[in-house]
Amino acid sequence: MRRRRFLASPLLLLASGTLAADDYPRVLPGQTIGFPRDAGAHPAFRSEWWYITGWVREPDGNPFGVQVTFFRNRPRVAESNPSAFAPRQLLFAHAAIADARYGKLRHDQRAARAGFGLANAAEDTTAVSIDDWSLKLVDGAYIARIVARDFRFDLRFAPSQPVLLEGDGGFSRKGRSIENASYYYSQPQLAVSGNVAVDGRDANITGTAWLDHEWSSAALAPEASGWDWIGINLDDDGALMAFRMRDHAGAALWAGGTFRGRDGALRSFEPAEIRFAVERRWRSPRTGIEYPVAMRVSVGNDDYALEPLMDDQELDARASTGTVYWEGAVRALRGGREVGRGYLELTGYGKPLTL
Amino acid sequence: MRKPGLSAARAVLAGSLVQNKARSTLSVLAIALGVALGYAVALITGAAVNELALGVQFLAGDADLQVRGPRSGFDEAVYPRLARLPEVAVASPVVEADAKLADRDDVLKIIGVDVFRAGAVQPGLIAQAGDRLDQLRPDMLFVSSAAASALGVVRGGELAFQVGLRTVTLRVAGVVPGGAQQRFAVMDIAGAQTNFDRPGRVSRVDLRLRPGIDIDAARERIQAQLPAGLAVQRPEAGVAAGEGLSRSYRVNLNVLALVALFTGGLLVFSTQALAVVRRRPQLALLRVLGMTRRQLASLLVLEGAIVGVVGSALGLAGGFVLARAAVRVIGADLGAGYFRGVAPTLALAPIPLVIFFCLGVTIAMLASLVPALEAARAAPAAALKAGDEERAFSRLRPSWPGLVIIGAGALAALAPPVAGLPLFGYLAIALFVIGTLMLMPRIAVMLLAALPLPRGGPPRLALLQLRGAPGQVAVSLAAIVAAVSLMVSMAIMVASFRVSLDAWLERILPADLYVRAGAAGDTAYLGADDQARLAALPGVRSAEFQREQQLLLDPSRPRVVLLARSIDAANLARQLQLVRGPVTLPPGAPPPVWVNEAMLDLYDFAPGKLIELPIAGKLASFTVAGVWRDYARPQGAIVIERERYIALTGDRSATSAALWLASGVNPDELSRAIAGDIPGGSRLEIAAPGEIREVSLKAFDRTFAVTYALELAAVVIGLFGLSSSFGALVLSRRREFGMLRHIGMTRRQIAAMLATEGLTISAIGLLVGFGLGWLISLVLIDVVNRQSFHWGMELNVPWSALASSAVVVLALSTLTAIASGRQAMSRRAVLVVKEDW
Repeated sequence: MRRRRFLASPLLLLASGTLAADDYPRVLPGQTIGFPRDAGAHPAFRSEWWYITGWVREPDGNPFGVQVTFFRNRPRVAESNPSAFAPRQLLFAHAAIADARYGKLRHDQRAARAGFGLANAAEDTTAVSIDDWSLKLVDGAYIARIVARDFRFDLRFAPSQPVLLEGDGGFSRKGRSIENASYYYSQPQLAVSGNVAVDGRDANITGTAWLDHEWSSAALAPEASGWDWIGINLDDDGALMAFRMRDHAGAALWAGGTFRGRDGALRSFEPAEIRFAVERRWRSPRTGIEYPVAMRVSVGNDDYALEPLMDDQELDARASTGTVYWEGAVRALRGGREVGRGYLELTGYGKPLTL
Repeated sequence: MRKPGLSAARAVLAGSLVQNKARSTLSVLAIALGVALGYAVALITGAAVNELALGVQFLAGDADLQVRGPRSGFDEAVYPRLARLPEVAVASPVVEADAKLADRDDVLKIIGVDVFRAGAVQPGLIAQAGDRLDQLRPDMLFVSSAAASALGVVRGGELAFQVGLRTVTLRVAGVVPGGAQQRFAVMDIAGAQTNFDRPGRVSRVDLRLRPGIDIDAARERIQAQLPAGLAVQRPEAGVAAGEGLSRSYRVNLNVLALVALFTGGLLVFSTQALAVVRRRPQLALLRVLGMTRRQLASLLVLEGAIVGVVGSALGLAGGFVLARAAVRVIGADLGAGYFRGVAPTLALAPIPLVIFFCLGVTIAMLASLVPALEAARAAPAAALKAGDEERAFSRLRPSWPGLVIIGAGALAALAPPVAGLPLFGYLAIALFVIGTLMLMPRIAVMLLAALPLPRGGPPRLALLQLRGAPGQVAVSLAAIVAAVSLMVSMAIMVASFRVSLDAWLERILPADLYVRAGAAGDTAYLGADDQARLAALPGVRSAEFQREQQLLLDPSRPRVVLLARSIDAANLARQLQLVRGPVTLPPGAPPPVWVNEAMLDLYDFAPGKLIELPIAGKLASFTVAGVWRDYARPQGAIVIERERYIALTGDRSATSAALWLASGVNPDELSRAIAGDIPGGSRLEIAAPGEIREVSLKAFDRTFAVTYALELAAVVIGLFGLSSSFGALVLSRRREFGMLRHIGMTRRQIAAMLATEGLTISAIGLLVGFGLGWLISLVLIDVVNRQSFHWGMELNVPWSALASSAVVVLALSTLTAIASGRQAMSRRAVLVVKEDW
């Protein structure tokens, strides 16, 4: 589900009413998600993303977070235009490094219309690129190449577990209406290897990451203003995903989550079983936006305390997707003991979404 | 001794300036006029060019390099190739069209950008939209604030454009934050391509290079990979090329303003020379009182400096007012049509301000220097005596320097242009004027000697007086000779141009009716269907179509025009006014093209030469088969056979048509049929050759209106000069008049004598001025115009206009002489005679 915030960004958002939702294919329950086809792009749908977040480290170094995201959007404004420049598909990408020693995110972004071979999202498998930024599924592993302003990624993310279909077999509801849903699968416990260059210094790193691939046409309910999301790789090879949609007052509109144990047993949670409680807030000195950077998440009977790697993990993407959000590396603790690491995403904390 | 000397000096100086208030005022005004004209011209053209440059910079944003090609654009496949180059950080493709507005005879520059690319290169073009998708919608555009106010549109409004013969209506989504001075509109590149018929083409690709890349080295590498007809340059080069078109015109205006200033300097010179002569005894007294030569010369130059400072200050203020008025009334291009779409604001530009202030002061000081040196050199004892005045002018007599300077002028006239400007041509004119002025005493002596001496009475006395003082005559004449020669030369040049233009218009308009797709811009055209419909109209005997294109041959110059039209080789002279050729092509030679005179001058496309032209992205070989006369395209133009053009490009559209009517068909009726029967026909501009001629000649006259104004200013200054120097001359002879009255001459007789003197001096001035003017006109026609605009023309002297203006000048200067004399004679004779003894 998450990242609906991007749908709602001024550029991407189609205000309800300008276009009826059924101009895009509807997201329906009971559909089978198949691979490799569904690893590729679904250009008919309004929006789509491939989202990788992970914790990595040098052999003797401190851990830090990495994020690579590609977004696809179909704006439906110039579909009949025969021009090769016609903006039928838009692509965006965000990349970031969360290093506590640096104190804030290093991040960069790309935006382009698909075409001319310069920006493309393939339909047959995961292969999405904007200029010299790319994410590709090659021989079963995701290869990410990012050349950012002040860092570079050359990373390989190899699955160590089967694909995890979120929601009901990949049909993930996002609101009270059945219309508000997405197709959604995750790839937890990705083994990371490769090279990260920061400020001209190359570092070979290893670590563990999480991939989300999600596509939808009307995922965001009109009354939603944003969401909180976590994806945690548990130390015992388990995986936990949980989210809640917030309304304009900050109350939960909807929630969902999945837990996959070390044995592979899958458990989906009802909205009522998931609670996000704010432990600590942090205000961005740049934007003045306040984020609940430390949270307590209850999933069924289990309780996880989330501690951020650092407070300032705000990502200002107004130059591409038009959004400002918090995307941060977090530790998950149970009873004061670290049990896993992952990412917390907080969207819609700036100006409320206007639909 | 020193102190009394200096205070006496102050008295002499101040006394002179105050005492001769009228003459000092004239000098000040003459300098002020010259400075005002110069400053105004500099302000107006400077503001317009600055706006043009700012505009190009604003539109180019942070681009390091720009790839440009033909006006109609080039294959969009070049864009991804550029974007993938390792040196390139961002490549921003741009589609540009000067879109013809549907409802009015005006264009709006449309800039189609990919917002995701342009954001990194030309951030100033990206408007904040209420709905950011408006930046992608093909029917939305964002107008600059200048365009919004000029066109009277607001957000949510609509703009209708003519594309082909259709109307395309776009919605105004907002206003671009920058661009307060430039009129343009920004929209999505895909929408620009489809709405303005640029499928698969881009006009420009702006490149930002990766940090640390050497721009010039990258430029060379990129240039080597570009298809024919494309060039990669720094954005500034585009500014230079854009300025290039109007540069000659601007320089010409500046030179004319300098001529006005120069004539003002001559006025100061004649005034000062005579003032010095008149004060000869007082100045000699100062020397006797202990003032050194150097101090005396400095003192007199200081007088000139005061005139210069006051005049320049007045002139700068006047120039600013004049410039504002001119921009409001006739526009920033001063009527020449060079700066369309530019809305300049005049600022008190400091650099021209300083330059013209210094110029005014310097000229006034230089003009006083010669008389000052002469006064300082005079032996005090001799100068104290009465009747020594004529000696003061003896120094002007040697004739060889004048001859040498005129000779140097003739050599300068033969020199080639410098950086596309006829600098040596201007130098030649200046040398001719200076040399002639230096020869004036000698010429005056010769002419006066040649005149038969009248039997008796005042005329005889007048001539004898003039013969006795040719130096004074020469000084009086300097300003009037310069002014008359300027007037005559401009009159001859303009007349020659106009007659040649008229003949050319007649030649290039052989058909009965002309049809243009749109009066302006590059979005209107006649499609193949439109052409077929036009040719098939009843009453049309035959139709010829022409396609106008623009090619980039040299990135440092403006694009040249490519005209694809039907050419009848057997009847070539009927279609083109050939001035060189036609060349018979040897068998196997590449196909022919015919070029205008500008191509010959700028690109050395001489008849018989083999050339290559980038057409449709490929180099094609041609033979230059002839050179034709053209007053329309100083940037260069090439005529190619239309069939060949279509074969090379596949482009069957046309921009204009020439129609020949069946006998008995009324052109007006056919015009109505075109407007009524052809879809979109009411958008066509239809004109009979007579109307086109009339409009063209009107445009010509408008362009030269400013020239006329400057010319008139010079003549007025010249008359001031004559008045001033004649008045001074008469004043300095008041002892003589007193004497003449004493020995029984009547006032009337003295007036007659002065009138004869005035008439004679004016006649000499006119004669020499006409001769000099004719010489200058040759330089203007064959050097200045040819090198500035590449226009060839036949010499044509407007005898009747010149004769009538000669009569006017003669009458005015005679009247001036009489008026000056009357003022001088108003003193009582006895007093005047007493004054001397």
